[in-house]
Amino acid sequence: MFGKLTLDAIPLSQPIPLIAGGVVLVAILAVLAWVVIAGHLPYLWKEWITSVDHKRIGVMYTLLAMVMLLRGGSDAILMRGQLAIAYQSQGFLPPEHYNQIFSAHGTIMIFFVAMPFVIGLMNFVVPLQLGVRDVAFPTLNSVGFWLTATGALLVNISLVVGEFARTGWLPYPPLSELTYSPTVGVDYYLWSLEISGVGTLVAGINLVTTVLKIRTKGMNYLRMPMFCWTTLASNLLIITAFPILTATLAMLILDRYLGFHFFTNEAGGNLMMFMNLIWAWGHPEVYILVLPAFGIFSEVVSTFSGKPLFGYRSMVLATMAICVISFMVWLHHFFTMGAGPNVNAIFGIASMIIAVPTGVKIYNWLFTMYGGRIRFTTPMLWAVGFMVTFILGGLTGVLVAVPPADFLLHNSLFLVAHFHNVIIGGVLFGVFAGYIYWFPKAFGFRLHEGLGKIAFWFNFIGFYVTFVPLYAAGMLGMTRRMQHYDIYEWRSWMIAAGVGTALLSIGVLFQVAQLVVSILRRDELRDYTGDPWDARSLEWSTASPPPVFNFAVMPEVKTEDAYWEMKAKAAHGEPQPEIHYQPIEMPRNSPTGFVCAFFATITGFSLIWHIWWLVIAGVIGAFVTFVVFAWRDSDEYEIPAAEVERVDRENIAERRSLVTAAGSV
Amino acid sequence: MSMVAVTAHGHSLGIVEHPGPASKRIITGYGFWIFLLSDIIMFSCFFAAFAVLMGQTAGGPTGAQLFELRNVAIETIALLLSSFACGMASIAADVRNQFWFQVAMVVTAVLGLAFLTIEFREFASLIARGAGPTRSAFLSAFFTLVGCHGLHVSAGILWLFTMMAQVYAKGFRADIQRRMLCFALFWHALDIIWVAVFSVVYLLGSMA
Repeated sequence: MFGKLTLDAIPLSQPIPLIAGGVVLVAILAVLAWVVIAGHLPYLWKEWITSVDHKRIGVMYTLLAMVMLLRGGSDAILMRGQLAIAYQSQGFLPPEHYNQIFSAHGTIMIFFVAMPFVIGLMNFVVPLQLGVRDVAFPTLNSVGFWLTATGALLVNISLVVGEFARTGWLPYPPLSELTYSPTVGVDYYLWSLEISGVGTLVAGINLVTTVLKIRTKGMNYLRMPMFCWTTLASNLLIITAFPILTATLAMLILDRYLGFHFFTNEAGGNLMMFMNLIWAWGHPEVYILVLPAFGIFSEVVSTFSGKPLFGYRSMVLATMAICVISFMVWLHHFFTMGAGPNVNAIFGIASMIIAVPTGVKIYNWLFTMYGGRIRFTTPMLWAVGFMVTFILGGLTGVLVAVPPADFLLHNSLFLVAHFHNVIIGGVLFGVFAGYIYWFPKAFGFRLHEGLGKIAFWFNFIGFYVTFVPLYAAGMLGMTRRMQHYDIYEWRSWMIAAGVGTALLSIGVLFQVAQLVVSILRRDELRDYTGDPWDARSLEWSTASPPPVFNFAVMPEVKTEDAYWEMKAKAAHGEPQPEIHYQPIEMPRNSPTGFVCAFFATITGFSLIWHIWWLVIAGVIGAFVTFVVFAWRDSDEYEIPAAEVERVDRENIAERRSLVTAAGSV
Repeated sequence: MSMVAVTAHGHSLGIVEHPGPASKRIITGYGFWIFLLSDIIMFSCFFAAFAVLMGQTAGGPTGAQLFELRNVAIETIALLLSSFACGMASIAADVRNQFWFQVAMVVTAVLGLAFLTIEFREFASLIARGAGPTRSAFLSAFFTLVGCHGLHVSAGILWLFTMMAQVYAKGFRADIQRRMLCFALFWHALDIIWVAVFSVVYLLGSMA
């Protein structure tokens, strides 16, 4: 009846996951109870859960990422805490639990923090920057988000029902095969990523179609803000790389569920094929994450230097070059496979070449700042912190791209330090900058600057105190994924890294405090102008938060930095064009995404536990959901011209009153 | 629609101004094309796996011993004809002819089901002969690649029947026409993949 699922699946003997799971469960139940008792449920359902508005979906993606960041961060604290004390002792985490923690940490941070964070920001910002009203496929957008949430939910369920993979964040066979991993851990990994991978693919298709086919009048390719370009490049990579992940994990699923021999030791299976396939996805994946961050930095640096982006066209070229070359370097993840000197040399050189367009970008940002009137706001601090940190990470990257050096550093803590250096210093700094930069656009008030700056400095210093020791320990020969160690020379570095993690944790606490304090004091932080940073692109030309239709009249673009140009013209007293309001058609809300994710959760969970009848029920449910969706008669509603005019006039009046107030002083 | 941009100084830059968002039909078709491309990339992984594992028969039967090209030829003809029928259905949808639309879709479905039946019998006979997917890495790759295409055809037939019911119930509404466009693209894409399966798996495979 319940397949492999029995009461034994709940880890009553392990206090840490049980307590953690219990706390999370109580927190979720408390929030749910509050939502129901306070009567917020209809609002949540109508305005958020069933929303197909790209802005709302973007915010939900970001929220999911931030919640999962706390989960992945707790894993990190556990690991660094363990290693700070596990010198010639077992520490507080038994090996089978420690292995699950480092696997879950990597999986969560990449798939359920970094991915939803960048996709959330792209979703929110890109249609606004392109001067349009929505993405190409609004309902699919909602489906994509909810499928991502399904994957995150399954990973978290593994905390209390069964266990998670012990194989690392990429389940290398033969360890991940049924022979060596007979429990449900790897299955949790596989199904949650298959399901969220579909969600990511949907988001990628949606955003590429949006950028290529839905731009306002005059928004030529070479007038698009840089963030739109990096979004395009990143989502092209999603479309080309994520199917590889889906196929590769499907092969591993077939091995585990039906006894196929893709990656097994026996019957001719080839485990190195897994490494090749997974990294053919995995290397583009890091550029999927970091390219949008590059876009964010371009916006932030240009805005807070008060200058147009230096070398716009070279930036476009560099972005697209990275997009292509990122598919030609995957083998550098396993130089030690023994593909021979020629193959290794080619991939080593390609890996160094990809540093060139990245270097171009760094110089462009520096020259954008050069001679500018720089304002060191929190997003700008993150951007400058990124430039310093990312250069260091890039240099160690070039180091490990040299095959002979890599033979020594492969799978050492040096490598761990390198990729945290580029992913924290690149992606995480980027999404934090973007989150603070666009927060006032999303909610109509700014985040508290003081707390944000304290958070930045704790995170920035904490990062170095954590990861520089890992470089050193890696040089001293310490390999990754060790649960305890007996070598005295490593000990002080591990303690230092533990201290760094404490600093990082304080930084995260300040970020949480920043959000809470800003919400409490939102009235003083309110932004009435829609343009709190004196910025340059079209998202700032509409109100904060933007009306559901984004723009009352779709703007017509004549130059790069379209909004800057509009402001300049208005300042010169050029006559504003007469506005003719038209009724606007907007997509209707739909519960399709949520219901679909509900069935995906059921299907995924029952696949993990081999509850076959429930699998069939879940699949039928998902199909019925789609048919019901396809059967609806109207998918749009009309906002009358008078309503559009009312909303827009209110916004214009508010802005005008501010301008005249400023003028009279 | 296009016009030449003129700068403040009156110089023509020769830039073609972007005319604004595309029509819904173009957006839908374009998005679906991108989906199909991603689907083809997924297939290319299974093709790559098949190419790597083709020789790994683990002492079991090889392609040359297993494949019956006559059956495969019939399958191919059935699938290609079904694409022709699907094209007819698209034309019928364009001229909004309910009767011929339904007839052409039924023909498409029958040919598709014929294809699936032959494939299913091939799989069943292989398994009965002890040449199932668990026998060797070569057979794992074979069953996965060909089976994945078969799954796509099955999903396509489910979509096809849903499409027929919808056109019957709602007529040729604009959004249903767009859906039909996507279905036709999907069905033709399955042909393209089958041509590759036929060449790489069956023709090259029976030489190995």
